Amino acid sequence: MTGLLLSLQGAVAQGIIWGIMALGVYITFRILDIADMTVDGSFATGGAVCAVCIVGGMNPILAVLLAMVAGCICGFITGLLITKFEIPAILAGILTQIGLYSINLRIMGRSNLPLMQSDTVFKSISELTGLSAAQASLVVGVLVVILVIVVLYWFFGTEIGSAIRATGNNERMASALSVNTKTTKIIAIMIANGLVAFSGALVTQSQGYADVKMGVGAIVIGLASIVIGEVLFGNKRGFKLRLTSIVVGSIVYRVIIAIVLRMGMQTDDLKLLSAILVGVSLALPVMMTKRKQVNLYKKLTGKEGK
Amino acid sequence: MLKITKVSKTFNLGTVNEKKAIDQINLTLDEGDFVTVIGGNGAGKSTVLNLIAGVYPIDCGTIELAGENISLYPEYKRSRLIGRVFQDPMMGTAADMGIAENLAMANRRGKKRGLRWGITQHEKETLKKRLEKFDLGLENRLDAKVGLLSGGQRQALTLLMATLQKPKILLLDEHTAALDPKTAKKVLTLTDEIIKEENLTAFMVTHNMKDAITYGNRLIMMNEGKIIFDIKGEEKKNLTVKDLLQKFETATGEELNDDAVLLVKD
Ligand SMILES: Nc1ncnc2c1ncn2[C@@H]1O[C@H](COP(=O)(O)OP(=O)(O)OP(=O)(O)O)[C@@H](O)[C@H]1O
Ligand SMILES: [Mg+2]
Repeated sequence: MTGLLLSLQGAVAQGIIWGIMALGVYITFRILDIADMTVDGSFATGGAVCAVCIVGGMNPILAVLLAMVAGCICGFITGLLITKFEIPAILAGILTQIGLYSINLRIMGRSNLPLMQSDTVFKSISELTGLSAAQASLVVGVLVVILVIVVLYWFFGTEIGSAIRATGNNERMASALSVNTKTTKIIAIMIANGLVAFSGALVTQSQGYADVKMGVGAIVIGLASIVIGEVLFGNKRGFKLRLTSIVVGSIVYRVIIAIVLRMGMQTDDLKLLSAILVGVSLALPVMMTKRKQVNLYKKLTGKEGK
Repeated sequence: MLKITKVSKTFNLGTVNEKKAIDQINLTLDEGDFVTVIGGNGAGKSTVLNLIAGVYPIDCGTIELAGENISLYPEYKRSRLIGRVFQDPMMGTAADMGIAENLAMANRRGKKRGLRWGITQHEKETLKKRLEKFDLGLENRLDAKVGLLSGGQRQALTLLMATLQKPKILLLDEHTAALDPKTAKKVLTLTDEIIKEENLTAFMVTHNMKDAITYGNRLIMMNEGKIIFDIKGEEKKNLTVKDLLQKFETATGEELNDDAVLLVKD
């Protein structure tokens, strides 16, 4: 029983820091309306940069910030491919992601880099407060996620943030209102991947190593968190709750994984489970929206007489 | 105000689908001109409008607006000077954003966007007053998503958005064509009022010859990428639908063919 509780506590802590990655995916997937495949690469880039910095003796907080900057650069490249060179968004993301695989190996100099006895944010906190490693990870995660949500809430309420939302919602309208949609897209993809790398850096510190493959399937996990959140909370609520629902979705996702693992599922089968989970969760709202759409059509058309 | 000099546009150059949509057009609009544009399907009306707005680049010639040579400007840069209402009511507004948010976006057309709030409380009050004047019953639904509005309401909202920051030119491409007659009439009246009130320079494409005669101080007829007829002032006021059909025949040397029939007479 305590084993289950412990693994659930671990799952929640993991869900929270992976939730930051999901928030990044949300920016591209829901706000900008593109599926950005860069994520799988930039997540590992965040981890790699953070690991190298920490092993090199850098302050762990500074290492996280640097990882975030690296993520923004990854996003900038994808953004440039999409806007300046008009490469389809999916392909642009895949190109960056593939390229990043080599770059991440270069950054680390090998495929797996353990942090050994180096300081991490979590270690410092647990030393400072006397909390256990898992508890420290939970506390840090919650504080960081709240900070991220508050900053995102603020940013998407500003003029630039509104312009980004308009770009994703109706690009022609945004252009007609003097929004440089190339710039807004690039900014959004940069912020998204900055968050993804941020998350990758925290995951690295929490698990004690970076691995070149740590981002494989990250986009799917991000999407799963978003759709689970939407299924749980609906997607018509206010923006703050919307962001929170994604982190909750990420936690639920981790809890589901922890439970099926305890029930004896093979780790190798997890990716299939994730894919099915996302597939089903994405399909459900579409079916629901379609039904709603038909009803709305009937309603409006009846009124307008056209 | 607007000066178009020797502008041409060919689509799909060098392919079997090559189509000369605009052929060496010259056009000068004075400040305060309200021009109505008619012509058959495929005459090039929308293309002229899109070339002014920068939706696609021009092949040659120059476009000057308010003394600025905008020939090579990208769309977003031109829209600092231009207000636009599209034919499709879905096109001019962001469906998932609120009414006030849409208006606030429009309120920043031509201005630098930074990290200030996307909409302020004080601004909301001002926008509410502007909306009240339009009498759409939307002033108390400022936070409602635009996607919930009807086509006519969305089109009227787009019109307000296009004129919130006074544009150097207002481009209207059959902006009432997708609406039912009653709503179309209302939006058209609103359009006329706001153009007069703000003394806007406007360019309005329509398929309705009667509307083209009733509204504006100048009328242009287009055919096969050329302006074949341009009339203004007193002469335009005395114009009849019959005159227009006649003009079409003499200018094109064609009988009333399918193209002309597509123009609605009343
Ligand atoms: N994006 C495009 N690509 C290729 N051809 C185009 C494009 N836009 C317009 N054309 C062609 O250019 C010609 C002029 O089209 P345009 O849309 O300007 O006509 P219009 O006068 O607005 O007609 P309508 O009354 O039907 O709206 C047409 O032959 C059309 O097929
Ligand atoms: Mg047209």
